[in-house]
Amino acid sequence: MKALSQKRRHPLALLALLVCALLLTGGLYAVATTTNQAKAAENYTASDVDEGSKLFISNCSTCHGMNGEGSDSGPSLVGVGAASVDFQVSTGRMPMQMQGPQAQVKPAQFNEEQTRQLAAYVASLGAGPEVPDEESLDVSQGDAANGAKVFLANCAMCHNAAGAGGALTRGKYAPSLMGVDEKQIYEAMQTGPQNMPVFNDANITPDEKRDVITYLKTMENNTDPGGFGLGSLGPVSEGLFIWTIGLLIIIGFAVWLTSRSA
Amino acid sequence: MSASTTTQGNTAEYQADTNVGKIANFVDTRVGLSPIIKEFGRKIFPDHWSFMFGEVALYCFIILLLSGTFLAFWFDPTMVTTEYTGSYVPMQGVEMSAAYASSLNISFDIRGGLFLRQLHHWAALLFSVAIMVHMARIFFTGAFRRPRELNWVVGCLLFVMALVAGFSGYSLPDDVLSGNGLRIVDGLARSVPLVGAYISMLIFGGEFPGHGIIGRLYIVHVFIVPMIILALVVVHLFMVVVHKHTQFPGPGRTENNVVGFPVGPVYAAKAGGFFFIVFGVLAAIAATVQINAIWNYGPYDPSPVQAGSQPDWYMLWTDGALRIMPGNWPFTWEWDLFGLVTLPMAILLPIVALTVFIIGMFTWPWIERWVTKDNRVHNILDRPRNAPARTGLGVAAMVYYGVLMIAATGDLIATHFHLAVNDVIYLLRFLFFFGPIIAFIITRRVCLALQRKDREIVLHGRETGRVQQLPHGEFIEVHEPLDEYRRYKLVAFEDNQVLPAQQDAKGKVTGSEKLRGRLSRLFFEDRVAPVTPAELDAAHHEHAHDVHELESAGSSSSGH
Repeated sequence: MKALSQKRRHPLALLALLVCALLLTGGLYAVATTTNQAKAAENYTASDVDEGSKLFISNCSTCHGMNGEGSDSGPSLVGVGAASVDFQVSTGRMPMQMQGPQAQVKPAQFNEEQTRQLAAYVASLGAGPEVPDEESLDVSQGDAANGAKVFLANCAMCHNAAGAGGALTRGKYAPSLMGVDEKQIYEAMQTGPQNMPVFNDANITPDEKRDVITYLKTMENNTDPGGFGLGSLGPVSEGLFIWTIGLLIIIGFAVWLTSRSA
Repeated sequence: MSASTTTQGNTAEYQADTNVGKIANFVDTRVGLSPIIKEFGRKIFPDHWSFMFGEVALYCFIILLLSGTFLAFWFDPTMVTTEYTGSYVPMQGVEMSAAYASSLNISFDIRGGLFLRQLHHWAALLFSVAIMVHMARIFFTGAFRRPRELNWVVGCLLFVMALVAGFSGYSLPDDVLSGNGLRIVDGLARSVPLVGAYISMLIFGGEFPGHGIIGRLYIVHVFIVPMIILALVVVHLFMVVVHKHTQFPGPGRTENNVVGFPVGPVYAAKAGGFFFIVFGVLAAIAATVQINAIWNYGPYDPSPVQAGSQPDWYMLWTDGALRIMPGNWPFTWEWDLFGLVTLPMAILLPIVALTVFIIGMFTWPWIERWVTKDNRVHNILDRPRNAPARTGLGVAAMVYYGVLMIAATGDLIATHFHLAVNDVIYLLRFLFFFGPIIAFIITRRVCLALQRKDREIVLHGRETGRVQQLPHGEFIEVHEPLDEYRRYKLVAFEDNQVLPAQQDAKGKVTGSEKLRGRLSRLFFEDRVAPVTPAELDAAHHEHAHDVHELESAGSSSSGH
């Protein structure tokens, strides 16, 4: 201890102290944030990564590069995480059918096992968001009212108040959220696919994400209280309805009434 | 009746036999309604389905008053903050205004509330649809001409009032969607040079959104506007009675008579029945089709604007005008005049586009009278094809309005037809300027073509599709001549002539007169004249010749 106290006025002592303090706060922060993060659902084996690598090279490397480093036609996948791969591949958005404003949803090209292997490979390239576990998706534990609040404040601008989707610039769009799998909703928030912003766990905590999913599933399962919902598109579809079906019915009756005169 | 009661003793007073008759007689001798009913009951209304839309609008208004009264019993028009405790789960515990909370209560916790809310809203949509279709009917048939110009103006005022009524009602629930609409009103108010901010402050009672606007709109919506509409409806109907109804041309129909059914008993029964039909149709729609799902939008908060935020259809055109106006292309539209006044042209120009339409609508009867110099009384309607320029202009106005209306739905068009919203806007900008011109040219041409077709039918009869060979080998199609009644309808229209620019009293041809002359040429230079009796005779003679040849060949051709 004497040696240490003797060196306390050493010119580098301040630096050493600073390093220690930084390590401590950084470490604490890391611990605090990981406790807030959804637990990883998957434990990937070396063979998963290996198989994933083969699938990746034959299906994805044209655009994303042989080692996922990216190219002119596709971004780097280092650090995008397993959640990103799971979302893009399981919704059929990747592999992309063609370059366009936005990757289109289509029937998934890979089965669950292959998707898992691809995710394992991309996760091995660099740390990133992981596929959420069952508990983070369990809507029975969610709070729909809080979910509505979070959804209306963060998501409705693009996805429409009823989750019916909406247009973005230059042919991009926010898709409808009805009928989307819980896991995919979670992963989309976590990774921000296409033009969507990332809502990381500091923005919207895992519990709040679950609330949002709960709200969306409540909306999906509740039939429209007022009858036929007209696509939840608001006043435009209502106007179209009254100008077409409504007006036709009225004209029909008007013609009937006036044809009975002679 | 009055004569018999004033001359005392000469005649015995009328004594009713039945109980109902006694009551009726008692009331009549006290209030003297029978002359009024006699007069009104003998009003004649011609029958045509297109004459019914004004009635539809009137019935919608009555349904709006009835359903609106019900809603007013439960609606709380204040912006006091409260916590929602009703039965709609996703909103439970959310802070909101009393207006929004009570709207949710009407929807979920008041028995029959959602049905009546939906009935009220659907009736409002049909109200404005009926008004617009009714106006289109009046316009395209020329029913706004003397003596009905002022009633056209009253109708236009009713149209504007319907917009105000609709918008003020749409804003009441205080959800995010209605608040977005109010934010645009705030923006429009602020765009007024110099005094904009003050106007906005006056409307909202301070900085937007404030705490007073819902209460103010409530009074506008349930008291001021309905009163104005009611007063205007009375004036409107009074003028209809004074002017008598117009009628389409037909045998026996002149400028001085009306051919149709009297109000009592036929028309009263029909109209009464039609009220219940409209009520029934609206009730069926309200019971099965959801409208304005306010629970989806959440309580108003000035920060978010949700995707797919649009006003009700009758306000779409105002929103559309703002949406297709460029903000910074090809230069910035915010003009700074000497550092004194800022002119936000990106908002002022769309307002100009809307104002032009409204002013054109109000003044059209005078514009047309100026061009045609036709100041005669018109009780016989034009068939739209027989006024090609007016019909073309009407369709051009509809395209103008329609482009603005569709412009408000650009985002939905983009997502539903897989287009880029930018491209939709570019196309609509093009159509805003050129669509009406193209529509005018095409419509006018179509009208002229239809008139020529009418001419053809009058002269040569209906094509029967039977082709026969004449003895010398020529093939002809047998035409069946029209009966007189149908022919009358096709030939009885006015033959308007081009009226070139005239000299005024000083012998000068003024600039405006030259313009009038040019417009008159645009109106009438390609006109198709109605068939004259001489032309008809000539055509008949020619046909008689063919038919004669056919008949004489009948016996010989049977051998083939």
